[in-house]
Amino acid sequence: MKKFFSILLTLFLPLSFTNVSKAAGHMEAEVIHWWTSGGEQAAISQFAEAWQEMGNTWIDTAITGGENSRATTVNRIIGGNPPTAAQFNISKQFVDLVEQGLLQSLEEVATAEGWRDFIYPPELIETCEFEGEFYCVPVNIHSWQWMWINNDVYKQAGLPVPQTFEEFLAGAPKIQEAGIIPLALGGQTWQESGMFGVVSSSILGFPHMQSIFRDKDVSTLRDGRFEDVLSTYRELNAFTDEGSPGRSWNDTTAMVIEGKAAMQVMGDWARGEFAVAGKEAMVDYSCVIPGKEKYVALGGDVFVFPKNDDPKVKEVQLAMASMMVNPTVQAKFNNAKGSLPMRLDVDTSAADACMQMGLDLIQNPNAIMRESDDWNTPAFTNAWDDIISEFRNDPNYTVAQVMDDLEGVLTSGL
Amino acid sequence: MPLFRNIASMIALLPMIVISLTVFVGCIIYSFVYSLTNSKLIPVYNYIGFDQYERLFKQRKWDVAVENIFIYGFVFTIGCLIIGFLLAVLIDQKIRGESLFRTIFLYPYAMSFVVTGLVWKWVLNPTFGLENSMHMWGFGWFELDWLVNRDLAIYAVCIAAVWQGAGFVMVLMLAGLRGIDEDIWKSLSIEGVAKWKSYIFVILPMLRPMVVTAIVLIAAGVVKVYDLILTLTSGGPGYATTTPALYVMENFFKRADLGQAFAASIIMFISVVCILAPWAFYEFYLRNKYATN
Repeated sequence: MKKFFSILLTLFLPLSFTNVSKAAGHMEAEVIHWWTSGGEQAAISQFAEAWQEMGNTWIDTAITGGENSRATTVNRIIGGNPPTAAQFNISKQFVDLVEQGLLQSLEEVATAEGWRDFIYPPELIETCEFEGEFYCVPVNIHSWQWMWINNDVYKQAGLPVPQTFEEFLAGAPKIQEAGIIPLALGGQTWQESGMFGVVSSSILGFPHMQSIFRDKDVSTLRDGRFEDVLSTYRELNAFTDEGSPGRSWNDTTAMVIEGKAAMQVMGDWARGEFAVAGKEAMVDYSCVIPGKEKYVALGGDVFVFPKNDDPKVKEVQLAMASMMVNPTVQAKFNNAKGSLPMRLDVDTSAADACMQMGLDLIQNPNAIMRESDDWNTPAFTNAWDDIISEFRNDPNYTVAQVMDDLEGVLTSGL
Repeated sequence: MPLFRNIASMIALLPMIVISLTVFVGCIIYSFVYSLTNSKLIPVYNYIGFDQYERLFKQRKWDVAVENIFIYGFVFTIGCLIIGFLLAVLIDQKIRGESLFRTIFLYPYAMSFVVTGLVWKWVLNPTFGLENSMHMWGFGWFELDWLVNRDLAIYAVCIAAVWQGAGFVMVLMLAGLRGIDEDIWKSLSIEGVAKWKSYIFVILPMLRPMVVTAIVLIAAGVVKVYDLILTLTSGGPGYATTTPALYVMENFFKRADLGQAFAASIIMFISVVCILAPWAFYEFYLRNKYATN
């Protein structure tokens, strides 16, 4: 029956671009990931090169789009032909695979190398640890908590660069009068909900968010402050342009780079776009962590290692896991990716002003913020995001209705 | 024993029958069984009764999806029939360059829905599509924001679909019109019946088999609409243009919510059966009647 299901799923799978390369070596490993853009390819090839230097073979199965990639991984596992390693996000995305005993425990190598001593921040250990054993390797940290701002636009408008959403909203009408779009937002659900997350954490603060998303505390949701988040979010949306629906994040970032728009709320992967366009951090553009209390959100990527009938594969998997956390490899990989490393003893001398800001902040344990994804299943997150997206797009959807619907999701037990 | 009448052909058909039974019926049963579980990323048999269905019917998004499929089905079918018939009638007026026009009108049908979706996405995009061009030509009052307007976006999808489907209906109708006996036209003109009246009250009823074929082919396309919407709007703005098929696929792959996806697909299946069963009965009954005549 499992085979049956996998055939069915495969039939429905959208065509994905796969890219397979082979070289000689004594341990062969196939890695499924979704790093297909220029900067991302540069990053994954750091892993591939380090692996090949060890005299091994790296089979690269790059699949466009995280969802397609994860679906392929799951199908391959259920279909009995698992890859050696596969990419997931720091989240609950792969918890089912662990519970069904489909993933290889990495505890042997984790204990031997003392992963629990050097993985930083320790929240990453929680993500990967199930019943005292390691099941994934965190490789980087990406944070959503950024506003990307075109400095020229603010200079010409005679306004200071905003540090909070309130300041941004205060200056937005003046920017609009100058014929520039104040807020660049791509109208795709993940971008809308991503920005909503940044707005809510900058207004509410992390303890409040934790109480809602981890403890599912309805009284925290209902204490009156969440309505502020919703109304701020709605005010912000009045300053987007009508070309927003469906626009991709990098096209949206390009609007800020070109000075057509003043600001975008996006994760730190946006920095790569500015770098490619030859812009300098804090000179041409500013990166601002909005809010009085500044946080680094703990997003990012992990690799998991599906169990294989062949006992030799385990050895390969443990070797690869160990390679991925190696400080030298981590430095090369994260410099290429523009993300923060998952340990502190890594050489980050190549970091620019924005990345340095993140590096400084993450040393402070109180500034580390976990996201809803970390505690909740994709089904919960998506039900929540649907409401936020509908709230953004339907002006007749009142704050009171939204609050009721959000409470419904919170108590749904998803 | 009719079953053993054509042993050879029965044997030839056997693989198809086996595949149909196992793949279609098997999968339907499988989907139903797992729609009663709380499977998330992978199918796990963890019985929870009809909770998934209850959750499904509480979703605002599902309501929107069902509403959309009805709007789309109605507008697309009627739009294709009317425009297709009109085009066929116009081409039937023994015009010059008929084959050129026929090719032009049928061309969209040769494209996949993915291409159609992308083309119309660019045409209807307010910032660099038709609206922008009109503004640049000096028509500042021109507004075409259907694609980004949540109340109108589903109609934008319908326009794109009709653009693609109408040419096909035209060809079907034109074939029918060419099959009409000249004598009928002659007698109609002797009676002095106006041309538009003869088309609507005499010719159209004679084209009934063509109309039925067109409706069947179009309706089959309605239920499976997925690629067009995915490329044109991805279900947006918000989830204003989502459809049941989109909802199912999203829960399967994006949301790792298999139980919910199975429940939604079972509901889709049941509604298709409910609509098709009376029609199939009618059609087979009709066909038998014709056969005996």
